[in-house]
Amino acid sequence: MPKDPSIKSVLVIGSGPIVIGQACEFDYSGTQAIKVLKAEGLRVSLVNSNPATIMTDPEYADRTYVEPLTPEMLERILERERPDAVLPTVGGQTALNLAVELSKRGVLDRLGIRLIGASREAVEVGEDRRLFKAAMQRIGLDLPKSGFAKTLAEAEKVLDLTGLPAVIRPSFTLGGTGGGIAYNLEEFQQIVARGLDLSPVHEILIEESVLGWKEYELEVMRDKADNFVVICSIENFDPMGIHTGDSVTVAPAQTLTDREYQNMRNAARKIIREVGVETGGSNIQFAVDPKTGRMTVIEMNPRVSRSSALASKATGFPIAKIAALLAIGYHLDEIKNDITKVTPACFEPVLDYVVVKIPRWAFEKFRDASPLLGTQMKSVGEVMAIGRTFKEALQKGLRGLEIGASGFNRTDIDDLRIKEKLLSPDPDRIFYVKRALDLGWKHEEIYRLTGIDPWFLDQMQQIVDLERKLGPGVDDATLREAKRFGFSDARLGQLTQTSEAAVRAHRMKAGIVPVYKRVDTCAAEFASNTPYLYSTYEQECEAEPTSRRKVMILGSGPNRIGQGIEFDYCCCHASFAFKEEGFETIMVNCNPETVSTDYDTSDRLYFEPLTFEDVMNIIELEKPEGVVIQFGGQTPLRLAVPLAKAGVKILGTSPDAIDLAEDRKRFSALLSELDIPQPESGTATSIEEAKVVAARIGYPVLVRPSYVLGGRAMAIVYDDKLLENYAREAVKASPEHPVLVDRFLEDAYEVDVDAVADGERVVIGGILQHIEEAGIHSGDSAMVLPTYKIAERHLVTIRDYTRRLGLALGVKGLMNVQYAIKNDVVYVIEVNPRASRTTPFVSKAAGVPLAKVAARIMAGKSLEQQGITDDLTVKRIFVKESVFPFLKFPGADILLGPEMKSTGEVMGISRDFGVAFAKAQAAAGFQMPLEGAVFISVNDFDKGGILPQARTLAELGFKIYATRGTAEFLMAQGVPAEMVLKVNEGRPSVVDLIKDGKLDIVFNTPYGRESFYDDSAIRKSATMHGVLCVTTLTGASATVRALKAMKEEKVDVVSLQEIHAEA
Amino acid sequence: MICLRALLEQGDSTIAILALEDGTVFEGRSFGKTGETTGEVVFNTALQGYQEVLTDPSYAGQIVTMTYPHIGNYGVNAEDVESAKPQVAGFIVREASTMSSSWRASGQLHRYLVDSGIVGISEIDTRALTRHLRTFGAKRGVISTLTKDKDALVAKARASRNMIGLDLAREVTCPKPYDFEGPDNGGRRFKVVAYDFGMKQNILRMLAEAHCDVTVVPATTSAADVVKLGPDGVFLSNGPGDPEPVTYAIEATKALMDRGLPIFGICLGHQILGLACGGKTFKLKFGHRGANHPVKNLATGQVEVTSQNHGFSVDPALFARPEFVLTHVNLNDGTVEGFKHRDLPVISVQYHPEASPGPHDSHYLFGDFVALMAQRPKR
Repeated sequence: MPKDPSIKSVLVIGSGPIVIGQACEFDYSGTQAIKVLKAEGLRVSLVNSNPATIMTDPEYADRTYVEPLTPEMLERILERERPDAVLPTVGGQTALNLAVELSKRGVLDRLGIRLIGASREAVEVGEDRRLFKAAMQRIGLDLPKSGFAKTLAEAEKVLDLTGLPAVIRPSFTLGGTGGGIAYNLEEFQQIVARGLDLSPVHEILIEESVLGWKEYELEVMRDKADNFVVICSIENFDPMGIHTGDSVTVAPAQTLTDREYQNMRNAARKIIREVGVETGGSNIQFAVDPKTGRMTVIEMNPRVSRSSALASKATGFPIAKIAALLAIGYHLDEIKNDITKVTPACFEPVLDYVVVKIPRWAFEKFRDASPLLGTQMKSVGEVMAIGRTFKEALQKGLRGLEIGASGFNRTDIDDLRIKEKLLSPDPDRIFYVKRALDLGWKHEEIYRLTGIDPWFLDQMQQIVDLERKLGPGVDDATLREAKRFGFSDARLGQLTQTSEAAVRAHRMKAGIVPVYKRVDTCAAEFASNTPYLYSTYEQECEAEPTSRRKVMILGSGPNRIGQGIEFDYCCCHASFAFKEEGFETIMVNCNPETVSTDYDTSDRLYFEPLTFEDVMNIIELEKPEGVVIQFGGQTPLRLAVPLAKAGVKILGTSPDAIDLAEDRKRFSALLSELDIPQPESGTATSIEEAKVVAARIGYPVLVRPSYVLGGRAMAIVYDDKLLENYAREAVKASPEHPVLVDRFLEDAYEVDVDAVADGERVVIGGILQHIEEAGIHSGDSAMVLPTYKIAERHLVTIRDYTRRLGLALGVKGLMNVQYAIKNDVVYVIEVNPRASRTTPFVSKAAGVPLAKVAARIMAGKSLEQQGITDDLTVKRIFVKESVFPFLKFPGADILLGPEMKSTGEVMGISRDFGVAFAKAQAAAGFQMPLEGAVFISVNDFDKGGILPQARTLAELGFKIYATRGTAEFLMAQGVPAEMVLKVNEGRPSVVDLIKDGKLDIVFNTPYGRESFYDDSAIRKSATMHGVLCVTTLTGASATVRALKAMKEEKVDVVSLQEIHAEA
Repeated sequence: MICLRALLEQGDSTIAILALEDGTVFEGRSFGKTGETTGEVVFNTALQGYQEVLTDPSYAGQIVTMTYPHIGNYGVNAEDVESAKPQVAGFIVREASTMSSSWRASGQLHRYLVDSGIVGISEIDTRALTRHLRTFGAKRGVISTLTKDKDALVAKARASRNMIGLDLAREVTCPKPYDFEGPDNGGRRFKVVAYDFGMKQNILRMLAEAHCDVTVVPATTSAADVVKLGPDGVFLSNGPGDPEPVTYAIEATKALMDRGLPIFGICLGHQILGLACGGKTFKLKFGHRGANHPVKNLATGQVEVTSQNHGFSVDPALFARPEFVLTHVNLNDGTVEGFKHRDLPVISVQYHPEASPGPHDSHYLFGDFVALMAQRPKR
């Protein structure tokens, strides 16, 4: 059946901010869905609170609402838009949950709106373990033994059935939050208590452990005619027990016979039917007992997912796009395969390569949190690699991770801990497996400890065996063999005791260069017109480079804290802009979650690691006019100088100017020359030097390694002792890796400026004021555009400095400048002549795509030619709030500092600052209460500052609880407050109030310069219970304005298109 | 491409050469038995199921390239076989697994091929080879570990027998009739006579499961001899080679159709049925071999993901005649995948409903065949 004519308009629900377990794969899927629905002539509206997404670019949907993803807001949007249908299956669990809630509230029925893609019933069966279990029993499929419990007593009864170890899964939480595996009774009770607590319905599932079983996933699709196809099978390298998001995964399945695979396929078909997914994609997970082959169903997601994004990239089959078409009535056989353009989409892709996905974690940001991996996902990003063999793909993936490994190797291995590391998996496990193989451990022993299938161990053994044959004076044949195994030049440089450059020279001389093969969905059975390519060392190259004018854009690699979707957004925009200017665009990236790695985004896609070797190989083949490195964050930036040295033309701002801005000494000299003040600073190559610098400029100082993004290892230190601690624990200063020491401007206002320049002119896109005071990483700070507390004369200074800096650096493209204002002086903190994290935010607010403007400059169009000569302005107040993963890292303190910890961001829009801030908080998961109780505990410095806030709260009718000191102070000032005990003062304490749900907001500024355990307990407990916890005075002030506004102002919704169309 | 891993790691490694009739040569590593073999070089895109492929008699006379690069991962076992031994003329893979990982594995693929006398080659650019075959069509070829004289090997490939006009069914059929009785799973049982043109075991298993007691007969069995067995229905199996020279079976099929017996054909059996109906067959450029081909059932509108292995196809001109009804069509290239007779109890599919390897979407066809037999009065 063709398109359903009764659906003329659709609302697509996005997935909101990037969080662990729900990242930019939903920007990829949502963007695909919107594009294809528009192409089908539908009116499309979109709601997503995340401004850093491509999907929220106003040119995609007809109406784009950057509004909180709450049922209330959705209801208002639906009332305005009155779409025929809502598509909730491309926005992750967030969108599904919202759709169910809207259905439950009767909103959809009242407005006569249909859910398409998945019914409420299907979503509920997919999510509710009890319903799912019943469904699986109906169709005769095996599940691990299990039972539900709502109390500890009930849980212990279930335990009799399942035995230990047991898996505990809270119902209805994201990414398995709060789940775990209990090996003993004590652990069991602990995890049960936490799970009951975290589940919104206070229910947990306790399951028989299938720990160590082989783990598989099938990505499947079904249409209304009951046509069913498996798009991709995935085998987890890490067996059951580690969340699939934290597992190395491999496509296609490697160790299943056809009999077992078809058995799984048949089960998947039964499941998608029984759950009732009529149109669209689902992800179904299975466990297989390696000893008996017993297969059990683990779970199914009736929507596109992280795995389906991976499957799409792994096969070339665009699952989300097809799912959207199925949702509006098409059948699979009516849709063409995009890659072959002649065969239908109703088929099962086959691969003639191996795909390996490797997660990337950020435990270094959460030092107090346990780095052990389990059933709760903790990784923040992933890399995908394609090779003709597992060995090749694995080594490409490992070097693409950018964690200091040039392949299947790491040097910082503690041989005494191998057994422990193999048994208790953490992010380093794979490197410990390598070390065990190096030392000749028996595969049986490694298998017993890790459960990693012997086939994978054998593959890795082959890498180890070949390494042993690699040494100085390697011959051509062995070198070629090593390249076929995926060894990087850098690694071979180590192994042959030469250098990356020497290996490269040897390769070139011997003609050992990679060829590029196409990802074509069909293992070459049909011709492919889509240049989606990967490198390998084989005979035939299929790249077929064109002779068009072309540019290459380097992407940002795996997501990490500090470098995420914002940079992918900018890379996509660069590609779009160059395409519009008539260039062929070539994208290089290795992050499967992104829009940039959609084969539709650029003319040509190379799915490759972003190392010098891999990039240079493509450049030599494609010979682009230039390479764009300023949009992908630190990853391509690091390549700027090596590429330039190799004779590659870097488009836009020169590598030298980038280096100048990063090099503290050169940059200070420039600022002195321009007579622009900066905090006193110095560079130290040893701890002694650092102390000297600190003594000269005075404590407190901000210390950090040079060349970092996201404030990695950045700290504020207040005396010599702390400085020594820092040098010992965080960063070793050395001549190669100097440490920067800056005077820290306490209590300053901080400002971020995003601008674009063409060498002749600098146009300011936006000046954002940080809501938190100085000392908190700009990526973590809430911000507001336009500024709300900064004197016009300072803004004038800021604009002036920005222009002078842009011209002095010869910026051609984007630049970001951070300022601090203290005692009426505007200081420059840093300049980054490249895309910034706030580029998409400012672009959305101002209605001008800054990254595109920048790319056009590189393509040769001046700002004047583009008609962009005046600084941009905004027509509303836009608040950016950051979203943190603390819930995933029990034990980590939520206190903010100079090291970035947030994973994502949201935007709140209103004419009123308070409402915009409240919207941003709601979008970040903290709905502003209209009444309730606030707990206040602030240090002595902040008591005066908190007083007006407390007074307003009391006037608004909020009950105020406070610790003794704060309560006494408030009451003395005539603000009613009830005293509550600190944790160490007895019970009931403030933590009990939080647990009992008696507090709605916590204001807690730390007592002094080192974190106090008591405070940290309050903050942790607030975080775990979803209570808004504000840790800065300025944050408290903004929150109170928001509370007031929510009581007094009308909260309305408005689309970006409407805002931008206003005169 | 030289097989370096072999050179580096295994003392007994041997260079193998694949030469095609058009002069294309690949250099790789010996895999399976050393020696020399000729055959028609074809490719199969299935991701798993290599043991079923190897033992499928329809591959007789063919050197099969697996497009998936890792082959042999789960070893071999006694159950996943479609006949008593590997039937391919040769085997080509990118990387042969050096171990087997499966709870069912009873041995390694390499050893299995050595023991069965199958000559193979690994470590070549199988994607380049596949693209070559796709572009220029299936080619006769030779794999050899005996000589490095490429010209001589190309000449050998040219001298090898051509698939067109080749009756291979006669070579792979059973020497004499035998019975395959299914388990008594209740209900009426049907007596089926199955022509063995190179029949896959799983067809027998599926027929047995569908309440059939099967007598398997050699390809050359006459219609009269079949009738003597008193069947409720006749099955025409899959098999290798060109259907046109299998004239004895075409004649027998005509006679059996005339008697009004229910007939079900698969693959070569389907082509023979097409010829018996007065249709024509032709050779496809590079054939359909894999487990992912979409076939539309024109009666239900549903799409089945099918297992395929054929190089010849029935000419759709047959359907200009109203008594023949096209029932299944390949969505990739529009070729004929199934037909039935308007009046007679005759059904037939080009693909493999018994799968093995491949999806089980089309198992229903065995039920359809049984239904045709059930509709006839019991004699």
